[in-house]
Amino acid sequence: MDVRLSDEQRALRESAARLVGDRAPRSVAALADAARAAGLEAALTASGWRELRLPDPDAPDRPLASAVETAIVAEELGRGLADVPFLGPTLAAELRRRAGAEAAASIETVLLRPDLSGPAVIEDGRTRCSGTAIDARGATAALLLVRTDHGHDLACVPVAGTVAGTVAGTVAGTAPGRDLTRPAAAVADAVPGRPPGPARRPLTAGDVEAWSAFALALTCADLVGTMRGAVDLARAYAGVRHQYGVAIGTFQSVQHMLADAFVSIEGSSSVARHAAWAADTLPPGEALAAAAVAKAYCGRAAREVCETAVQVHGGIGMTWDCLAHVHLRRALLSTQVLGDVGASLARVVAHREIGGGPDGLR
Amino acid sequence: MDFADSPEEAAFRLRLRAWLAEHNPGLPQSSTADAYWDGQAPWHRALYDAGFFGLSWPEEVGGRGLPSVYEAIVDEELAQAGAPPRPSLGYLVQGMMRHAAEDVRRRFLPGLVSGRERWCQGFSEPDAGSDLAALRTRAVRRGDRYLISGHKVWTSYSDEADWCLVLARTDPGVPRHKGLSAFAVRMDQPAVGRRPLKMINGVTREFGEVLLDGAVAEAADMVGAPGEGWPLAMTVVSHEREPGELGYVARYGKAVGELVAALRSEPGRFTAENVRDVAWAVVEAEMLRLHVCRRLSDRLDGTSHGPAGSVDKLLMTRVEQTVGHAALGIGDRTGGIEEDTWLKMYLYSRAQSIMGGTSQVQRNLVATRILGLPAS
Repeated sequence: MDVRLSDEQRALRESAARLVGDRAPRSVAALADAARAAGLEAALTASGWRELRLPDPDAPDRPLASAVETAIVAEELGRGLADVPFLGPTLAAELRRRAGAEAAASIETVLLRPDLSGPAVIEDGRTRCSGTAIDARGATAALLLVRTDHGHDLACVPVAGTVAGTVAGTVAGTAPGRDLTRPAAAVADAVPGRPPGPARRPLTAGDVEAWSAFALALTCADLVGTMRGAVDLARAYAGVRHQYGVAIGTFQSVQHMLADAFVSIEGSSSVARHAAWAADTLPPGEALAAAAVAKAYCGRAAREVCETAVQVHGGIGMTWDCLAHVHLRRALLSTQVLGDVGASLARVVAHREIGGGPDGLR
Repeated sequence: MDFADSPEEAAFRLRLRAWLAEHNPGLPQSSTADAYWDGQAPWHRALYDAGFFGLSWPEEVGGRGLPSVYEAIVDEELAQAGAPPRPSLGYLVQGMMRHAAEDVRRRFLPGLVSGRERWCQGFSEPDAGSDLAALRTRAVRRGDRYLISGHKVWTSYSDEADWCLVLARTDPGVPRHKGLSAFAVRMDQPAVGRRPLKMINGVTREFGEVLLDGAVAEAADMVGAPGEGWPLAMTVVSHEREPGELGYVARYGKAVGELVAALRSEPGRFTAENVRDVAWAVVEAEMLRLHVCRRLSDRLDGTSHGPAGSVDKLLMTRVEQTVGHAALGIGDRTGGIEEDTWLKMYLYSRAQSIMGGTSQVQRNLVATRILGLPAS
């Protein structure tokens, strides 16, 4: 056992932090800065990090990079509130690799159930589907699953044109969605087609479990990053905001809130790191159990930590122009994806067999 | 980055598992019964003699010189077997290893590590709790000896101990942090009185008061240099905040195992709230297990201690008190109006946010030493 990041992994973290660095939105107004967003998008495309889960040409059953490395990138993107597609395309690439399908030619995401609690699945005999394409900026299509006699096949629906063009920066604008950095697209009653690039094998139940575990681990990494960013923001504000003639960061009451937030991040980081490792290493059922522990912990922590960031900002924290709510909103969306706190806790109950019956947690 | 065992670690784990299958003494939780203390010393010696205690400490002090992560394996297997945790005295070992002169280390550490000699830690006083530097116990030199007088309280294991690591003021003429020194003091001398304290859970053998009325300490038994008492105390208390040093992953793993077993044994008896509470206890305990894997891995670069211990203490406190609340809920459904072990486990859990530095002190340290906020 040695759960330290390797030198390469630490270097990857630094690269990701540098890439996000100046290109990330440093204010709510910057979310509407198209030149900045295009620069971030171009940098991410150039990095190749959206392709980390495509097959390794030397060992096609394996991805180019481990879930641990992919999670490192996800955490840094979350920390900087990076408004570029990553989660969606990475989850789509994971599905394609598992199905032996070729890489997508353009940006592609995944279609989840309308409440994001799991992948959208077309059951026997149906021809239409509805759902939510997460992280859909720039995406032309979303992958979903079709249940068959031998497992699940991939299908795909177009999403181009359904993503709101501008999602943030306007006070009087239309409803921007929960997450101001990663717009989702609703897909209603669409007729799915076969994805371009034929799949070579159906997805087994184990594939779907392993994919879910990987997806949960990535959302946990994003939550850890989002929390770190939120606490950095609040800590900086506590140093400059003066009341009663002193910086509010000198007050124990404020210090203790921020200390508790930091403690929550450290615990979250430990479970998230394990979930990422487990996603590539443990059997699918065990990986999913590890992911459920991590998601329950990180989801609960993320809301508390981001709420603390709002609270430390006081009245400023209630204004649209303060970034604290952008962290909170991103955290709320990541928490929902593939199972929120309650759903994750229910998975823990099932795995440890403590539910005591069908209505265990209900 | 790998949570899995190396081949050597896996072999060690199997050996330990096989040994535990034969030698688990099946003691109750220390938080629930005085009977635990009857078995604690034999358990310490058995664990040590079989080669499963003091793994990451140097061989010259009685340790095994293994990488720090072996401690995580021990905790996991103890929890899995429902065995008692390893004795919590790593913080004393760390304090002595760092500050004591070589002859003092050689004299005391082997007995401390092997369990042949029992130790307690005499730091807190009635008027020096969180504000430890306010302590008033005095040590006055008389030839080759020091005579020590004062009153120590909340002293864990004072009833069981052969030795006490006493922090006392040797120089009242300098600023208060600088005038302290530490001594190894024999407990079986007439000038040392012990009074056990009964805790809110009814346990009477875990901690107590120590009254020093001219107690004798050999000058050669000073631990660290004169005036080095405060840095030594800070080393000790910072390691006392580390669950990896205390072996508490095993404690919580055992407790959670008991909660899970209770739910499974009579599923119809418990509410959805019980199930939810135990599920959170599972999640919290698993978090701490993984967090300790991380901290012990970080130590592969060499032992370090610092403000991160305050983070770990706060995490550990959340775990213990989440487990405690789950236990209270189970007890409510099973114990009726009796004082049962679940209630005792719950009541004891309230100590975790107080002992070894209150949660409020830990938050101050996190805010100022890690987050860089100005001291208030």
